Amino acid sequence: MTAAAQGTARRDAATRSYRELIARSTARTLARRRVMARVMIGSTYLAAIVATLPLILIVWHLLERGASSLNWNFFTHMPAPSGEAGGGMANAIVGTGMILLIASVVGLPIGIASGLYLAEQRGARLATAVRFLSDVLNGLPSILLGIFAWQLLVRPFKHFSALAGGMALAAMTIPLVARTTEEMIRLVPVSMREAALALGYTKWRTSLSVVLRTALPGIVTGALVAVARIAGETAPLLFTAFGNQFWSVSPFQPIAALPTQIYNYAISPFDDWHSQAWAGALILIGLVLVISLAARFVTRNRFGLAAD
Amino acid sequence: MSGGANIEGRSRGDRVYRWITTASAFVVPILLGLIAWEVFAAGWPALSKFGIGFFTTSDWDPVKGNFGAAPALFGTIVSSLLALVIATPLAIGVAVFLSEFAPRPVRQAVAFFVDLLAAIPSVVYGLWGILVLVPFLRGHIMPFFRDTLHLGATPFFSGPAYGPSMLAGGVILAIMILPYISAVTREVLVAVPRAQREAALALGATRWEMIWDAVLPFARSGIIGGVILGLGRALGETMAVTMVIGNRHEISASLLAPGYTMASVIANEFSEATSELHVASLMAVGAGLFIVTVIVNVIARWLVWRTGGARPA
Repeated sequence: MTAAAQGTARRDAATRSYRELIARSTARTLARRRVMARVMIGSTYLAAIVATLPLILIVWHLLERGASSLNWNFFTHMPAPSGEAGGGMANAIVGTGMILLIASVVGLPIGIASGLYLAEQRGARLATAVRFLSDVLNGLPSILLGIFAWQLLVRPFKHFSALAGGMALAAMTIPLVARTTEEMIRLVPVSMREAALALGYTKWRTSLSVVLRTALPGIVTGALVAVARIAGETAPLLFTAFGNQFWSVSPFQPIAALPTQIYNYAISPFDDWHSQAWAGALILIGLVLVISLAARFVTRNRFGLAAD
Repeated sequence: MSGGANIEGRSRGDRVYRWITTASAFVVPILLGLIAWEVFAAGWPALSKFGIGFFTTSDWDPVKGNFGAAPALFGTIVSSLLALVIATPLAIGVAVFLSEFAPRPVRQAVAFFVDLLAAIPSVVYGLWGILVLVPFLRGHIMPFFRDTLHLGATPFFSGPAYGPSMLAGGVILAIMILPYISAVTREVLVAVPRAQREAALALGATRWEMIWDAVLPFARSGIIGGVILGLGRALGETMAVTMVIGNRHEISASLLAPGYTMASVIANEFSEATSELHVASLMAVGAGLFIVTVIVNVIARWLVWRTGGARPA
């Protein structure tokens, strides 16, 4: 073998091993990258499982513990004194209905009317400000609405009232309903408005009986979603509606409500009251779910433009 | 048919309609202004008496008339940050799973479950927290961290395991804010252009590298917005935290020790406050909470808007 041939061979060998090295190392990094991808994608699956776990547990405990203390008496009887088994939350169920009624009667019309304004005066400076401030009000802790309503409606009159509780919740519905109403009205084609105006309708009749009516299913959905959201609110009621162990439907007296009753029972040391709290929570979630389902039903079943 | 009176009547109707909707639109700004004014005015006696010391001292003694809200401020920040640390990776994981990998039926089921988490009232979380989560933490998780992992030597897991604690508050908050963060993140991820993903795959990226190097950076500020939105919720969350955090005016480094938050001080003491100064102090705490949540929310919305993600609910 000549020296030159030896050199070539050696060079070839070196090249070969170099190539092998590259091949091996790229294979290894590719494998590593693939493993990495598997691991990370797998961990997103894991995240989904971990995130749904609390919900499954909460629902499981609610059903297990709530259903066992739920019976007809729960809906028809008044709260039993501590240490006495049985009793119900009849007053709290009616009280929650009363508070929601006050909040809806006050909050929904104002919310819908300001939604109309936002949709019709889209570019106005006030509209931009209201849109932004609605989001701010939405993000405010609900307990602040509680102390606000206390300061305004409880302190001057020196006693708690259903009205003050309803007002605190109404203040929460207004920004929610204003934004959903605006969005729903924007979905109504301008041509419908123009057609009505061309037929000689006045502006306000066009807005109310053509535009608002077309968007109505969507607006009702938005209103129901808002009511579902305030139905479970506790913090705004603590110092306004306050709670009541007795039967009362007067708007000017303290009134019992499901959320405050659940709270009071949950932090008590009595097992009987704990099981009542579980039953109350089950009913409260049932109420929220029924309202939310009704909200979906409204848009699905008509041919409103809002149906998605 | 078109008499002058008729036209007059028409324009009057329009004017009334215009007037009513405009007046309604003013309600939100007026409400917000009133809330700010009422809360600050009612809290002013305490703020003027204690000055900045109101938020930096930790002696809260209604009997002696001393009020320092530092423990509540501390507890609000620590419990919220703890919640973010737990919830953020999970929420982003869920959002990535839902937007990129989940088969359609799974996606709908998980999305439904996560939405449902957001629909559960705070007081129900509190009920579950106080009767299920707290005993579980006290019996299993706290001893595990303190003794099995020997973290009891660090100040963060030292002391007796009471049950109601900063840890319990953080965990319940994490469960509660997770759906908000993942909902916003999902919306932002869906808004990332398809070309961004295809380009990464065409360069030979694995599916994970596509997400990590191309999709997530693109959506970053929107995701941060979602996280800050979750932070805003955690800061103001009242009932569930009040029920599990232990309600004690003390600053402790240990997560096993009970604490307090600004919202839970108000919830817990407001109806029992008898002296004027006590009420004023609670109102001042409310004023602090108002400022913090407004700032946090404004930053969050700005970030989400900037990325062009859909408006968060």
